Amino acid sequence: MIDSIPQLLVGVWMTVKLVALALALGICIAIPLALGRVSKHPFLWMPVYSFIFIFRGTPLLVQIFIVYYGFGQSESVRESIFWPFFKEAYWCAIFTFSLNTAAYTAEILRGAIQAVPHGEVEAAQALGMPRLLMLRRVVVPRAFRLALPAYGNEIILMLKGSALASTITLLDLTGVARVIVARTFAPYELFLIAAVMYLVLTLIIVRTLKYAEWRLSPHLRPPPYSD
Amino acid sequence: MIELHGYGPLLLDGAWLTLRVAFASVAVGLVFGLIGATAKLSNSVIARGAATAYTAIVRGIPELLLLLIIFYGGSLLLQQIWRGLGSNSYVEIQPFVAGTFTLGFVFGAYATEVFRGAILSVPKGQIEAAHAVGMGRLLVFRRVMLPQVWRFALPGLGNLWLVLLKDTSLISVVNLNELMYNSRSAAGATREPFTFFVAAAVIYLAFTIVSMVMLQYSEKRARRGVRQS
Repeated sequence: MIDSIPQLLVGVWMTVKLVALALALGICIAIPLALGRVSKHPFLWMPVYSFIFIFRGTPLLVQIFIVYYGFGQSESVRESIFWPFFKEAYWCAIFTFSLNTAAYTAEILRGAIQAVPHGEVEAAQALGMPRLLMLRRVVVPRAFRLALPAYGNEIILMLKGSALASTITLLDLTGVARVIVARTFAPYELFLIAAVMYLVLTLIIVRTLKYAEWRLSPHLRPPPYSD
Repeated sequence: MIELHGYGPLLLDGAWLTLRVAFASVAVGLVFGLIGATAKLSNSVIARGAATAYTAIVRGIPELLLLLIIFYGGSLLLQQIWRGLGSNSYVEIQPFVAGTFTLGFVFGAYATEVFRGAILSVPKGQIEAAHAVGMGRLLVFRRVMLPQVWRFALPGLGNLWLVLLKDTSLISVVNLNELMYNSRSAAGATREPFTFFVAAAVIYLAFTIVSMVMLQYSEKRARRGVRQS
C-alpha cells in the first residue's frame, strides 16, 4: 500500500501539469473570446457563441475522444504537420482541456465584463481614453476581480475533469491508480488514497483563491484601527 | 449527412439508456439534496457537520474516481458481505446502479447548496404571516415555502441537470452500454472514430438544447406570480 504512494505522486505531478497548462492556455484563449462574445458585431459574437455553446453542451469525454481517437481517422490530418502533435495523448489532452476551459472561462468573463459598473466605463470615456486603453486599464482588471470566485470554481472543475485524461492512456493521478489497481486488485484503498490526494489539491486551490481574493480587494477590507 | 453504416439504431439505444440513467440519477440526487439542505439548516451540530463534509468531499473528488470507488469498492464490499453470509458466488454491482448512485450522490452535493439558498431566500415575514393567519406547519410548507423554493431553486437545478446529462458519459468507463459506450463500439467496428464520436456529440448537444428550452419554459412558469419590471 505505502509503496505505491511514490507512483501516485508521479501521477499527481502529471495532473498538476495538465491542469496548469490547460488553465494558462485556456485563459489566453478566453480573453479574446469573451471580448468577441460581448461585441455587437454578428460576425464576431455568433461564431464565438457557437464555439462556447458546443463546448459547454457536450461531455468532455466525447471531446477528448474526438481529438485523440477521431482526428486520426482522416488521411489529411495524419499527413499534416500537426500529426506529431495529435499523435501524443498528452498534447491531445492539453488541446481539449484548454479549449474546454476556455469556453467556460469566456462565459464567466463575459458575465464579469457586463458587470463592470457602467459609470466607470463612462468615466474612462469622459477622460478621452481610447477603447483599447480603457479595456486594458479599466474593464479587464475590474472584470478579473469580479470573475475570481466563479473562475475559482472553474479551476476546481478543471482539476476534476483532468481525471478523464486517464481514459486516453495518460498516467495522471487517476490513471496511475487505475493501473496499479488493475495489477494488484486492491481498489478500495488505492482509489481512496487517490481521492484524498485530489481533496488536498482542491484544498490548496481553495486556500490560494481565498488569499488572492483578499489581496485583490484592499478597498473592501475594514480600515486598520486608529483613534 | 453522416454515414453511420447501420449503427444508427445502436446509438439511439444508447441515447435512450443515457436518458434513463440521467432521470434515475436526478431522482436519487434530489433526495440527497433535500436531506443535505435540511441537515445544513438544522440545529444539530452533527447534522450540519456531516452535510458540510458531504458537500466538501464530493465537490473535491473527480466524478470518474468516485464512480470507480463506488463500482469496484462497492463490489468488493458486497463480495465480503456475501462471503460473511457463507456464499462463494461472485457478485458485482451493476454499472447502472453504480452510475446512478454516483451521479445522484454528486448531484445531491451541489443541490444541497441550491436548496439551502432557495429555502433561505423565502422572506421570513411571509412565514410569520402564514402562521399568523393560522396555517399549520404542513400547510405553510405546501402553500408558502414549496412554490417559492421551487422558483428560487429551478435555475440552479437546471444547471446541475445539464452537468449531470454530460456526466452520464463517464459511466461508459465501467461498461454501461449507454450512448458513449455504444459509439465506442461502433467506432471500433467501423474504424471511423471521428464519425461516431461526432454523432454522439450531436446527440448530447440535442439533449442539451431540448433541456434548455424546457428549463426556460418551466422557469417562466414558476415566475408567473411575480411582478416583473
